[in-house]
Amino acid sequence: MSAVRLSSSGGPSVGSSFTFLRLKRTVRVGVKSLWMHRLRSLLTVLGIVFGVCSVIAMLAIGEGTSYAVQEQIRKLGSSSIIIRSVKPPEAEKPSQQQRNWSIAYGITYADIEIIKKTIPGVTVVVPARIIRQAVWNHAKSVNADIYGTVAWYPEMRNHPVERGRFFSQDEVDRTINVCTLGHETAAALFPVDDPVGLNVKVGANYYRVIGVMEAGGTGGESIPGQSSAAPKASLHKMYIPISAAKSRFGETLMKRTSGAMESETVELHEAVIQVHNQQEVKETGEIVEEILARNHKKKDYEVFVPLRLLEQAEKSKQMFNLVLGAIAAISLIVGGIGIMNIMLASVTERTREIGIRRALGAKKKDIIVQFLIETVILSGLGGILGVILGVLIPFFITYFSDMKTIVTLWSPIIAFSISALVGIVFGIYPALRAANMDPVEALRHE
Amino acid sequence: MGTALSTEVIARVEDVTKTYIMGGDALNALQNVNIDFHAGDFVSIMGPSGCGKSTLMNLLGCLDRPTSGRYLLGGHDISKMDDDSLSAIRGAQLGFIFQSYNLIQQLSVVENIEVPLYYQGRAEDESRAIAIDLATRVGLGSRLYHKPFELSGGQQQRVGIARALANDPLVILADEPTGNLDSKSGDEILKFFHELNEQGKTLIMVTHSDEIAAQSFRVIRLRDGRIESDVRR
Repeated sequence: MSAVRLSSSGGPSVGSSFTFLRLKRTVRVGVKSLWMHRLRSLLTVLGIVFGVCSVIAMLAIGEGTSYAVQEQIRKLGSSSIIIRSVKPPEAEKPSQQQRNWSIAYGITYADIEIIKKTIPGVTVVVPARIIRQAVWNHAKSVNADIYGTVAWYPEMRNHPVERGRFFSQDEVDRTINVCTLGHETAAALFPVDDPVGLNVKVGANYYRVIGVMEAGGTGGESIPGQSSAAPKASLHKMYIPISAAKSRFGETLMKRTSGAMESETVELHEAVIQVHNQQEVKETGEIVEEILARNHKKKDYEVFVPLRLLEQAEKSKQMFNLVLGAIAAISLIVGGIGIMNIMLASVTERTREIGIRRALGAKKKDIIVQFLIETVILSGLGGILGVILGVLIPFFITYFSDMKTIVTLWSPIIAFSISALVGIVFGIYPALRAANMDPVEALRHE
Repeated sequence: MGTALSTEVIARVEDVTKTYIMGGDALNALQNVNIDFHAGDFVSIMGPSGCGKSTLMNLLGCLDRPTSGRYLLGGHDISKMDDDSLSAIRGAQLGFIFQSYNLIQQLSVVENIEVPLYYQGRAEDESRAIAIDLATRVGLGSRLYHKPFELSGGQQQRVGIARALANDPLVILADEPTGNLDSKSGDEILKFFHELNEQGKTLIMVTHSDEIAAQSFRVIRLRDGRIESDVRR
């Protein structure tokens, strides 16, 4: 008998470094194992699917609504302050005996002058009078809000002219009957012709149309979360020089109701104050409020600072995102627990396979990688399905309900990476349990 | 005496004791066992249940370490190895054949044969070629991509043999290889064993059956964790 052979063929080879090719094969084996239990794998993954898809869909809805709100506020101008006339509450309901009554309220030209004089930072002030009247083009008419305003109104309100032009300062000074129609008004009155150069009639006066505004615009409509002075704003708008508005309509509005006559005197319905420096908007807003409070006995005005609203909207959006984040985290953790549960069951069920693999040369690390990859495939698959659903759902919501939704690029990316991370985190324990089995015991397992 | 038997010792069990602690009592499954295995031999291990033959097989298969004593396989001292090295040596030096075949159910014939090669880090096309060649050699050339449940017991055990050969191991360990088979399939398996032995493979087989043990060259009988007899025919 000779000595024990010392130089063996090969010896323990340590050639199991993880190359890409090896990983690919492990992934394939993982897919095969999961495919064996298709239904189970699908059910396991549903938790993640719903988690991811609800996160994306909810974020898209949240983003869409806050975008709409912010866009509305932004159009009001982030460096402007808007003051509006409000009918004082005590004047709302006249007593029954008093059939004829008249009130005077609101912002006056004097207020504007004071504001201009007292606050040095104020550059432009856009006063506007809003009169609701029928606008005629031959036999067609619409009930429009007629804005008596100044020449720089379009820049101030971020509402550009689509065709033709807005009226000039010269036309305001000379009280010329020209007008620029709102997009909707033009479309309603001139469905076929180009209105520029033609005339529209309001009351007894004709106005030459010199331009048409772009669609949208914000003049006069309610500011989110605030009550508005004017009656509910009309979709139809028409802009005329403020001087023309003053001379044609006067300052008193007469309204005839059954048996009663009411008259309201309002000098200005709205004024926009532009502040040079955006940082000073909020302080200036407070000063304006003070000035008005000193000169008005009743609270017949309101002051909006769009920037403040924007900040509020931003803050509530952050809150909303935080809540969403918490819901997302919870649903993904629930999904992860589901995956862990199934993987633990799978490890127990496949104890024998683990024993076989260990006997055939698999290291603990190999077993860990195998099970971890299966979990990551599961959660990754769930993530992908979730992203697809999550992108489709907002699309359908927008399609069927006209609600604006925005799927930002980062939301699917984040949702997907979190789901993959969940796979790794919740896969570690089952994988470790598989790897730490005693090969002898595992092989004996029935 | 077999044709290929040399005097070279490839595995040596040296004064090995394996103690299990069961409910506070120490139980010696193996007690001061000494065996030398020679290259190219065909050995049967026999004994009643509880005699320690499973324990011995687990030690020989590097699935377990002795409580005391040494086990040398191809020049490596197994008793001092860590878990990763044990895995590596199982994968490189040993071939396992089990009573219940122990094929992985979701893998095809070829893929089952490839498993040991995979853990050795062999390239995919190379191991595919080896696996197809081995499957053909055990007569499963027409069933390469069948799943284990589509095969008969005898066929499954032939896959097991092919898998045990994949890494060209130093020693093939067979635990009751014919235990689940009818006599005809069992004879086929034994025929393969003889072929392998003639090609120079070292075989160690656990069996209950005297008839099967009679086909090997050396029969070791265990009783109560000790060697009762060690007979070379």
